[in-house]
Amino acid sequence: MNMLNGVWRYRGFIAGSIQREFQAKYRNSMLGAIWTVLNPLAMILVYTVIFSQVMGNRLGGNSSTFAYSIYLCAGMLTWSLFAEITVRAQSVFLDHANLIKKLQFPRICLPIITVLNACVNFAIVFGLFTVFLVVSGNFPGWIYLALLPILLVQVLLAIGLGMILGVLNVFFRDVAQFFAIVLQFWFWFTPVVYPATALPPEVRAWLVYNPMATLVAAYQTILVDARAPDWIAVAPVAVVALACCALGMQLFRKRSGEMVDEL
Amino acid sequence: MGSILVHNLGKAFKQYDKRWGRLVEWVLPVLGPRHREKWVLRDISFQLAPGEAVGIIGINGAGKSTLLKLITGTSQPTTGRVAMTGRVAALLELGMGFHPDFTGRQNAYMAGQLIGLSVEDIDALMPQIEAFADIGEYIDQPVRVYSSGMQVRLAFSVATAQRPDILIIDEALSVGDVYFQHKSFERVREYRKQGTTLLIVSHDRAAIQSICDRAILLDGGRLSKQGTPEEVMDFYNALIAEREDSSIKQVASGEGRVQTTSGSGEATVTAITLENAEGEALEVLDVGIPVTLRIKVRVEAPVARLVLGYMIKDRLGHQIYGTNTHHLDQPVTNLQAGQELEYRFHFPLNLGAGSYSITTALTSSETHLADNYEWRDLALLFIVINMTRRQFVGSSWIEPQVDITR
Repeated sequence: MNMLNGVWRYRGFIAGSIQREFQAKYRNSMLGAIWTVLNPLAMILVYTVIFSQVMGNRLGGNSSTFAYSIYLCAGMLTWSLFAEITVRAQSVFLDHANLIKKLQFPRICLPIITVLNACVNFAIVFGLFTVFLVVSGNFPGWIYLALLPILLVQVLLAIGLGMILGVLNVFFRDVAQFFAIVLQFWFWFTPVVYPATALPPEVRAWLVYNPMATLVAAYQTILVDARAPDWIAVAPVAVVALACCALGMQLFRKRSGEMVDEL
Repeated sequence: MGSILVHNLGKAFKQYDKRWGRLVEWVLPVLGPRHREKWVLRDISFQLAPGEAVGIIGINGAGKSTLLKLITGTSQPTTGRVAMTGRVAALLELGMGFHPDFTGRQNAYMAGQLIGLSVEDIDALMPQIEAFADIGEYIDQPVRVYSSGMQVRLAFSVATAQRPDILIIDEALSVGDVYFQHKSFERVREYRKQGTTLLIVSHDRAAIQSICDRAILLDGGRLSKQGTPEEVMDFYNALIAEREDSSIKQVASGEGRVQTTSGSGEATVTAITLENAEGEALEVLDVGIPVTLRIKVRVEAPVARLVLGYMIKDRLGHQIYGTNTHHLDQPVTNLQAGQELEYRFHFPLNLGAGSYSITTALTSSETHLADNYEWRDLALLFIVINMTRRQFVGSSWIEPQVDITR
C-alpha cells in the first residue's frame, strides 16, 4: 500500500523519465523521432518481404502470401517485448546504482519505468505491424482485441521474472550472464521462427511447460488464423505469471534494504 | 514540524568470506549465518527539536555519511530507528541524476520530480531556481557543457527551491566558488531563521560554529561527544592531534565553557596573562590599546625544537588571529627538562567589543599535527569593551579616515 502511494506521488517522475529516455535516444540525430518508426519498419520489411517473397516460405494449410510473415512477426515482436523487459529489468538496479545510493525515492519506480518504456517501444512497432495487416488485407477483425489479455499475461510474466532476476543480479552478478544464455535456448525452444509441427512429437509434448510457447501460439492463432486462442491453455500461464510477480515483489520488499549496501 | 529522533541506531554490513557463502545462506538458511557483521555505526541516539541546527563532525570513516544515509532513508538501519516529521530535503550529493544531453531546464524538472515535486510546482518555482542558480543562458544548454560549479549551482537551486521542514546537508556547501558558497550558506541561514531544522555534516569549523546550536562528534562509528559546537570542535581538534602517549582533558572553566587540554606533555604552559602598557594583568580591556600577551612555559622533558603558537577566538570560536614562533622566526632549540621560558607578544588590541579566548599550542613545527606537546583551548579568557573609541560593530577595529566629495 505504501509502495503504491509512493508510486502515485512519483508519477510525474515516472512519466518524465519515460519521455526523457525516449528523447535521449534520438537527441543528437538529425532525423530525430523518425528513427523510432524507421527501425521497426525495416524490421517488419525484412520479415515480410524477404521471408515471404525471397524465401518463398509457406505455412502448411495456409496459402496466403504473407501467412508466414505474419506468423513470424506475431511471435518475433511479442518475444522482443518479453526479452526487452526481462533483460532490462534484471540490470535496472545496477544501472541506477548511483541514484539508489544517494537519493531517497521509491525504488519500485525504476522497474516501472523500464517496463513502461518497453511497452511504448512495443506499441510503436506493433502499431506499424497492425497498419501493415490492414493494408495487406490480413487484419483478423474483432478477434484482434483478444491480443490484449494475452499481452497482459505476457507483460506480467516478464515483470515477475525481471524483478526476480533484477534483485538476484544485485547480489549474484552471474545471474545476468546465465539468463542471457537461458534466453537464447528459450527462444529457440519456442515456435517463433518454425511451426510447432516441425518438432518431433516427443519434444512437442514438452512445450506445455514453456509458458512463452503457449502465449506465442495464442498470438499466432489470433493473427494468422483469425481464431480465438486456446484460453484453457493460457489460464495456467496467467497463474504462473502472477506467481512470478508475487515472488518478485516479495523478494524486492525483503531485499531492497540490503540491496543498497551491495551496490 | 521538523523534528528528528534517532534511537539506538546501528548499521552493520554483511561480509562473506567465501563467494558462495551468500547463496548457501539464502538457499539453505538452516545451516546458519555464513557472514560476519562489520559494524560501521553503533548505539547512536540523539534528537533534534523543530528549528534546531546540529552539526555532525568526525574524521573520514567515522560513519558520518552512513548516518546521514540512514536518516534520509537511502540505507536501512540494522538496529534502532529514525523518526522524522515534516518535509525533508537532503543534499547528499548535488547533481545526482543529471543527464548530460539534456538542458539545464529539463534536468531541473527531472531533479525536481525526483525529490517529489510536481510539474506545476516546478513551473512555479522555475524563475526563482533560474535566478538563484545564476547561470544565465546556460540554463537552456545541455548540461554536458556546464562546468562542475555550474552543475552544483543548478542542483543546489533545485534542491532548496522550496523551504523544507528538515534540511540535511553533507559537505555540499563546500563546493562551488566562494561567491556561491556564501550565497548558498545565506539561503540555509535564511531557512533556518524561518524554522527549518538543520542537520549538517562538515569539516568546516566556521560553518558549524556559526550556524549550529549543537554538535555531535562521531568516532569509530560511535557517538563520542555531544555539546556546544565550540566544545565539541575543540575536543575534535585535540582528538586529531592525539598521539599514543598523550591525553585529552576537559575541565569546565568559568561561564560554563569547557577547557580542553591535550598533548604528549614535554612542555606545558604554566601561566598566561594579558597586560596593558603599565604591566597590569587585566581581564577587561579597552579597544585599541597596546597589550602584551605574557606566556610562561616550563619544559618537562628534553625538546629539540619548541614552537609556541596562540590563537585568539571570539565568543563563537571563530578564529580572529593566530600565529606562532615558527612563523615569527623565533623557535627555541635544545631545551632541557626543568627549563622555564617566558614569551612576550606585543600587539595593539584592535578588536571589537565582546568576549574572546586564547588557545595556546606547544609544538615542534608550524602545525600541531606533527608533535603536539600541549594544546590548551580557552587558556585565557578576556573581554574587550569600547570605552574611548567611536561607536562601531564587528570583531575587528579597523577605523577608517573618511573623505567625502560632493
